[in-house]
Amino acid sequence: MRISRIVTQRIAFTLLTLVMAATMLGILAIIAYIFLKGLPALSPEFIFSMPTHGMREGGIWPAIVGTVYLTLGTAVIAVPIGLLAAVYLSEYASDSPFTRAIRIAIVNLAGIPSVVYGLFGLALFVLFLGLGSSIAAACLTLSIMTLPVIISTAEEALRSVPQAFRLVSVSMGGTRWQTVWRIVLPQALPGILTGVILGLERAAGETAPILFTGAAYFLPQLPKSIFDGTMALPYHLFVISTQVPGMPVKIQYGTALVLLIFVLAMNLVATLIRSYYRSRRQW
Amino acid sequence: MVSAPPAPKFVVENLSVQYPDGTESLRNVSLQIPPNAVTVLFGPAGGGKSTLLRTFNRLNDLVEGTRYLGKVLLDGENILSPKVDLVALRRRVGMVFAQPVPLPMTVRENMTYGLELAGESRRSKLVRSMEEGLRAAALWDEVKDRLDEPAGALSGGQQQRLCLARVLAMQPEVILMDEPTSGLDPISTAKVEDSLQTIKKKYTVVIVPHSVQQAGRLADWAGFFLQGELVEWGEGKNLFIAPKVKRTEDYVTGRFG
Repeated sequence: MRISRIVTQRIAFTLLTLVMAATMLGILAIIAYIFLKGLPALSPEFIFSMPTHGMREGGIWPAIVGTVYLTLGTAVIAVPIGLLAAVYLSEYASDSPFTRAIRIAIVNLAGIPSVVYGLFGLALFVLFLGLGSSIAAACLTLSIMTLPVIISTAEEALRSVPQAFRLVSVSMGGTRWQTVWRIVLPQALPGILTGVILGLERAAGETAPILFTGAAYFLPQLPKSIFDGTMALPYHLFVISTQVPGMPVKIQYGTALVLLIFVLAMNLVATLIRSYYRSRRQW
Repeated sequence: MVSAPPAPKFVVENLSVQYPDGTESLRNVSLQIPPNAVTVLFGPAGGGKSTLLRTFNRLNDLVEGTRYLGKVLLDGENILSPKVDLVALRRRVGMVFAQPVPLPMTVRENMTYGLELAGESRRSKLVRSMEEGLRAAALWDEVKDRLDEPAGALSGGQQQRLCLARVLAMQPEVILMDEPTSGLDPISTAKVEDSLQTIKKKYTVVIVPHSVQQAGRLADWAGFFLQGELVEWGEGKNLFIAPKVKRTEDYVTGRFG
């Protein structure tokens, strides 16, 4: 007997809803668990003071500052390079073996495990270029890891701008650059920003790439220059979860919660930007 | 005393256009486009009309690997020469497309876009050419209070007249129109056609119409294109009343196409 189309549709919808619910449930469970366990630790003092007593007391301020530095530093390096690369690929490069090779490289870069980036950063920036274990070396390493995400999402955003706009602009005597600058980039901006934030979010949350390149186990003061090492939230979390005996669980979950909020906040900003521009878009 | 006919705006000599996939869109076409008149290029789809139109502003070049053979002279200068400044050419030869494509900005910004690209920044000049362009396209009264609204909020017919108006604001010498009324209702179509009668006094207009009827209404001069060849060329009304070539007659009387 054949199942009627309506029944098939019901079954499909139910399955899809269940799968989606399972996914959501996993995420919500993690978030809820960390909030419940971490919330009691949160206080202005926890956030704004230095760790004391072998990190078993006090706050996580240097780790927060370090993660902000690393994220901003990565943005400064990766955003302009990534954006220019995306503009080149989308607006200037013709389809050739060369550009195809670049695209394959980008896709493959995105799939490399983050610890490999860490080792690469250690070899190139820390040792060969002599930057030492520093914010600079860590930002450069994080930038290389982030670039593929930024390039591919930005290229996607640029390509989604209707071709007709380019045709009109060129037919009105616009140069390719004028067309990109005045029409294509502004229209692609929300998509680009989303990609940038998602990429930076990954940079903010990763431990492995900064492990050998700039993250410090403990520093008694905040970094003074980009050539100093720094504490950072993800690495700090790793340290206090596995390396410090007698660590209060409250501080561990408090740190995890701060990192989670940091990343979720970036995500929220990306979502808000996207929906704001989408509601104003004319095409 | 008989005054000499005005020098043609475009002289096309033995023009062939080949696309990179090997197809030849135009074969050995020669004709002359007179100034201050409406020239109509018509015929069934795939005849090469749009290709010829997009040769006049070298927009075919956006398809990489397009090859031109022969000559196209604009005021005596070969625009197919590799030395031609395409940006400057496109400022002299404006284009209106089949679908209205308002740029994603306000009406005002659409109107000043062309001149701003050319480096014009004087506000008074921009405002003046905006108003002139909108008036010439018979749009001024409808949008004069909506200049700072997004252009996409205008109706389809208004958008297409805006597309014409923003080209006029650039003060080009030639205006190319590729089936500019194909997406419009009859009333909007009539408005566009009416504005052409004033526009042609100042500009050279080359248009691919969207029907034979429109071709007949608008043509001061007309060329009938079939499969990449110019079959017949002549002063407008004659071509439609008394075509000399059988294939032209069959097409204009509706026997094919």
